[in-house]
Amino acid sequence: MRALRANALIGGVLIGTVMIVAMIAALWTPYDPLAIDLLAKLKSPSAAHLFGTDEFGRDVLSRAMAGAAASGSIALFTVIGAVVIGTIVGVLAGFVRGWTDRVLMAFNDALLAFPGILLALAVMVIVGASRFGLILALTLAYAPSVVRVVRGTVLSLREKEYVEASRMIGNPEWLTMMRHVLPNCIAPVAVLSTSMFGWVLLSESALSFLGLGVAPPAPTWGNMLSGARSYLESAVWLGLAPGLCIALTLLGINLLGDALRDRLDPRMR
Amino acid sequence: MSETASFLRVEALRLVAERSGKAVVNDVSFDVRRGEFLAIVGESGSGKTMAARAILGLLPPGIRHAGGRITMDGTDLLGLAPDAMRRLRGAQIGMVFQEPMVSLNPAMRVGAQMAEGLKLHTNESDAQIRARILAMLGRVQIRDPQRCIDAWPHEFSGGMRQRIMLASVMLLKPALLIADEPTTALDTLTQGEVLDLMTELAREQGTAVLLITHNLGLVARYAQRVVVLCQGERVESGETDQVLRAPSHPYTQQLVDALPRRAPTQPSAHTPRPLIEARQLSVAFPVARRGWFGRAGTHIAVDAVDLTVHEGETVAVVGGSGSGKTTLGRAMLRLARASGGEVRFKGVPVASGGAALQQFRLACQLVFQDPYSSLNPRQRIAACVEEPLKLVPGMTAAQRAARVAEVLDEVGLAGYGPRFPHELSGGQRQRIAIARAIVRRPAFVVADEPVSALDMSIQAQVLALFQQLQKQHGFACLFISHDLAAVEQIADRVVVMEAGRIVEQGPRDDVFDRPQHAYTRALLAAAPIL
Amino acid sequence: MIGYIARRVLMTLPTLLLVAVAVFVMMRLIPGDPVLLMLGDSADAAQIAQARQQLGLDQALPAQFVHWLARVLQGDFGQSISNSQPVLPLLLERFQVSASIVLMAVLIAALIAVPAGLIAAWKQNQPLDVAIVGGATLLLSVPSFWLGLLLLLAFGMKLGWLPVVGYVPLTEDFRQGLLYIVLPITTLALIETGVLTRMSRASAIEVLRLEYVTHARAKGAPESQVLRRHVLPNAFAPTLTLIGLVLGHLLGGIAVLETVFTLPGLGRLLVDSIFARDYPVVQGVLLFTALIYVVINLIVDLCYPLFDPRVAAQ
Repeated sequence: MRALRANALIGGVLIGTVMIVAMIAALWTPYDPLAIDLLAKLKSPSAAHLFGTDEFGRDVLSRAMAGAAASGSIALFTVIGAVVIGTIVGVLAGFVRGWTDRVLMAFNDALLAFPGILLALAVMVIVGASRFGLILALTLAYAPSVVRVVRGTVLSLREKEYVEASRMIGNPEWLTMMRHVLPNCIAPVAVLSTSMFGWVLLSESALSFLGLGVAPPAPTWGNMLSGARSYLESAVWLGLAPGLCIALTLLGINLLGDALRDRLDPRMR
Repeated sequence: MSETASFLRVEALRLVAERSGKAVVNDVSFDVRRGEFLAIVGESGSGKTMAARAILGLLPPGIRHAGGRITMDGTDLLGLAPDAMRRLRGAQIGMVFQEPMVSLNPAMRVGAQMAEGLKLHTNESDAQIRARILAMLGRVQIRDPQRCIDAWPHEFSGGMRQRIMLASVMLLKPALLIADEPTTALDTLTQGEVLDLMTELAREQGTAVLLITHNLGLVARYAQRVVVLCQGERVESGETDQVLRAPSHPYTQQLVDALPRRAPTQPSAHTPRPLIEARQLSVAFPVARRGWFGRAGTHIAVDAVDLTVHEGETVAVVGGSGSGKTTLGRAMLRLARASGGEVRFKGVPVASGGAALQQFRLACQLVFQDPYSSLNPRQRIAACVEEPLKLVPGMTAAQRAARVAEVLDEVGLAGYGPRFPHELSGGQRQRIAIARAIVRRPAFVVADEPVSALDMSIQAQVLALFQQLQKQHGFACLFISHDLAAVEQIADRVVVMEAGRIVEQGPRDDVFDRPQHAYTRALLAAAPIL
Repeated sequence: MIGYIARRVLMTLPTLLLVAVAVFVMMRLIPGDPVLLMLGDSADAAQIAQARQQLGLDQALPAQFVHWLARVLQGDFGQSISNSQPVLPLLLERFQVSASIVLMAVLIAALIAVPAGLIAAWKQNQPLDVAIVGGATLLLSVPSFWLGLLLLLAFGMKLGWLPVVGYVPLTEDFRQGLLYIVLPITTLALIETGVLTRMSRASAIEVLRLEYVTHARAKGAPESQVLRRHVLPNAFAPTLTLIGLVLGHLLGGIAVLETVFTLPGLGRLLVDSIFARDYPVVQGVLLFTALIYVVINLIVDLCYPLFDPRVAAQ
């Protein structure tokens, strides 16, 4: 129990901070993340620039804040999309079974055969580099995991006696599904969503790092790290700041996810 | 066997739960004499399992020893060094557990597991060990011991696994055998077989047996002395006959009273009409094909059964696992698809769909076995009990609420509406399941092993509730059970099933007192009754 | 047992077919003339005409797919636009690099993680467990490319112990080659240790609760034997599945590490060819990677019966 609260507390604080920062960044940052000021280039952290400046004189803190907003919003939309699509498909497959199930799962397995980033890359090649394309690509890459989890949950719930009881009463199948099966899927999906948020964030950072995600000058933690490579030794803060942001955010997500999982599991019994 | 000196003494044992500080076992004392059969009886929460585990030093994390002594032959068990304790375990004290499905390591062959104990405690060679294992397996009536040694645990049924477990433990000829609810998960016939075997082996080797159980019937049959625990305290102990016939403590009296008793049959005022009839009803399940090219098979669960249930009567269907009784119940309710025959309700064949089926559903209900999975954990009690009413045409919300309150009151849980299932105990949940079943005032209720998962005294309460409700509302009931004792109390007629067929049926007294079929007689013989 | 193997292998065929369909569809969905996409802008009219006939563009799409698939099954993955080399040998060469790093890293990670998770579960909720879980969580929260950069900075630039760019295959010069891959393997191993430790711990906790573990103790078995013979084999299966997933996932994710450490691997190849619009190579990498992933999962499935005899019986 103590570990649980510590997890939730630390995780909550970290994520809360990131979320607040992201929301603030949507409205205000100390400097314009895109504003170039060649006179102030490559300055180490100081009172004026808390995280220093990059090779174009842009304030790293402001860029990191804007990056939080950008990465956060992309991850959020992706997770929402993946959960919605994944749940619909998973429930259909698990509840209806038969050929519907087999066909859906065949497609799902085929999609799952591509490692996440690869699929996202392939989709982006087709759709083109844009924020929408990125969200679409990542959604397609991660929805299959949701399908698998939801279908698995539905399959096990179908055997529960209260589902049979619902049929016994005379409820039509769809009502049984809506009232008895779906609400009990929430817990595993919630746990998966928190983990997925982390994976998507990481994938987006990786893609941006490779130059195939959000393109500069718009800042995202991934492409900031990419830009920092040339200045790794000379301007260490350029490499530390964005990486630290990603690591702390992921840590927060993982801790929160653990706390969530621990809290939800025993209750399910 | 003639030594009456006690060789295991538990004195003022006190075990405490670390997190809450509550005493799980409080000042419990008892002793075990060489070669005797002692039973520790209690319901859930009595601390009986923990007391037994303390003897072996196998307390789960979170429970610690807080006082008292345990000595065996003078040696203080609680003060033993870990190595010495380990030498004792298995060799001097053996333990058999409850769940046969998880008591054997699924990743290790049976022979290897059985040999493990011998390898740890003796210096015998592999060949000698193998010979001993084969002999013991034969002794516990495992067919083909040679194959058994190389087989995996999942290839055996629950009863066989318990026998393997017993063989494995008795191989070491311990002085004391602790059996923690060894047959609770098995059906009546197998229970009897396993316990008889255990008693025989113990007698042969002069092993004392400490049986932990909640089943007074078993105690009456096998134990010489008994200790009764309640909420971690010892309330009574003594010779079994003495304690059960004339209990001195009110709790013991309560347990004894909870044993189902046969009430005299009430002759009905009028000849009841048939309500539900099954005619030549068959249910067959396709058996999964093995691989892509294997042949599909069918397993016939119910084989051309004729059964009639009249208005207001209680028909009990009994049989071991695999007898088809559960499937029959579901088929009669049209929850399982019949592969042959028909079901008639009030003389009219029940349709398989549409409005007619809906009418049928309104009049019939099912009470499930497992109180922990028959209620939706996310639904409040009131919503759960109200749900069947939503399908009754013409009922307003106010009428529904009134009926729900009425029914909750009838089952003794008035005011529990706003709660969630996880806030209720097993017995309370089962009462809600009954409430849900009768809320539409059905004419016919199928109860599928409704009390098997409950403690004895709770069982008695729920059965009494059932009887009272039936008297009040007059619904017919099909009571499915493997527990003959429960059936004896509430059945008007008894139907015995074996392998999908009815082998005997008749009025309760006839079947119980003058059984005709061999299977019925075997069931009755195995049933532990006072 | 043979039946189980045969069944498992046969079950992958539909997936592989669908994967091929998916790749084919994806390539066709790229905006532009399929021929020009495959040949590049500098092809001449004769080549274009030949390719058009080869691709069977005048025929219906399913027929095109069949032609394409036939060629793929014969090993003809087309030619790289950038250097006019056949694609398949290029893929294999690059794959060796990626695979050696991924395999070694995951192996090291597993060797550390499985015992660590077991010990953490054994001492659940005690200080050692909290430390192990905390450490594992920290490790898996760190993005691999950032960790790689930091290690590069520390050991390559500041300390100068290890080279910063380049690669020499181990087969050419073992000592030199080793120096180039120590950092990427370490980076990957650290992170995957975190991932695998948590899973190993979780499944060991589940198993420790089961009765046969208590039974083993009741027989008088020492703890080490209980952990080794009763807990480990039964707890390992979920970790094995995760190892398979991790291996597959890394086949894609390795791209970032190959970029950081300038290694000529498969991930790097994909990224480069996307930038260069070298679509035959893109197609080849996608197909190849998916194939390897399916094979990895198949091997994991086939290993399952070693740990859980119940599986083969189904």
